[in-house]
Amino acid sequence: MGILQSFFTLLLFQLGGEAIHQLLHVPVPGPVLGMVLLAAWYIARKRIPDQAMERTADTLLSWLGLLFVPAGVGIVANLALLRAAWLPITVSLIVSTLLTLAVTAFLLDRMTRRLR
Amino acid sequence: MTELIRSSSLSPGVLALFALVLTLGAYLLGIWIQRRLQHALANPVLIAIVLIGVVLKSLGVSYSDYFSGAQFIHFLLGPATVALAIPLVRSLEEMRRGLWAILAALTGGTLVGMVSGYGLVRICGGSQLVALSMLPKSVTTPIAMGVATSIGGLASLAAVLAIAGGILVAVGMDPVLRLMKIYGPAARGLSAGAAGSGIGASKVIPQHPLAAAFAGVAIGISGLLTAVLAPLLASVLKHW
Repeated sequence: MGILQSFFTLLLFQLGGEAIHQLLHVPVPGPVLGMVLLAAWYIARKRIPDQAMERTADTLLSWLGLLFVPAGVGIVANLALLRAAWLPITVSLIVSTLLTLAVTAFLLDRMTRRLR
Repeated sequence: MTELIRSSSLSPGVLALFALVLTLGAYLLGIWIQRRLQHALANPVLIAIVLIGVVLKSLGVSYSDYFSGAQFIHFLLGPATVALAIPLVRSLEEMRRGLWAILAALTGGTLVGMVSGYGLVRICGGSQLVALSMLPKSVTTPIAMGVATSIGGLASLAAVLAIAGGILVAVGMDPVLRLMKIYGPAARGLSAGAAGSGIGASKVIPQHPLAAAFAGVAIGISGLLTAVLAPLLASVLKHW
């Protein structure tokens, strides 16, 4: 399977995810459903991704930071929205985000350490 | 110069090309600066966003004109999200072994994130509208926007907060996890995905294949948990 075919597979599963999202009103976005569907597809057929798919996925994922830049520039366009309530927004965003990170990492670390 | 670039005087095709060159160029410059400085604050996503913001502002190009070209890069987010299935399938054995720990950690992290996000805005004197837009900040942007709308927040504010939260994770996760003495790739990946979704994941994906797999799982499961739990939680928290 070539790179082009792998890219086709990714888009096909995204389209499937979008169809489920819109037709069945599942509250999860199409690409996330597409990820679940593609993983389920490999697991159900007891197959592992071939080399071309690995390369396509690795390339796309190594660009992931870049792919968020166009949406991120929207922050600059929406600065007025943030300025209106900058103190509660800044405090809550920083404390709550890092708390979420710490709690998740702590729980997984403790529970998997016990399993071993 | 400003007059030359100003949206009206350029054809849409050239404007789109300008937006693409600007986006790629700013990101490559960001990577170059990151390699030079080796500092957590020198994050290529953050550098690119600031650079592009400054350039657009000084040339008088609107965000919608910029996005008409940059959308071609934005579009690839879809297939890239689907591609997170590949590291997941690769690490299936580790996933199976830690399934309950993963679910418990994500449920705990997601609940703490939603309650503290809402609560801290209210404690600091913010409006309920801002607090409800803050509640789903840790999940992937489209889920955050959908959830915010359904519980009475602002979709546009929720999108901005979700992206800003992701950048915060990319910039701040190393010091926090070092302080907690947590170095395992599974815990790093899961927490980056749970707190910072895609941008958090983009930070850990190059570091370890296991971190990439756990970040992908975290984006999916915490997104699902938030979509289901946020409306219930909001109906309780709204009384405060």
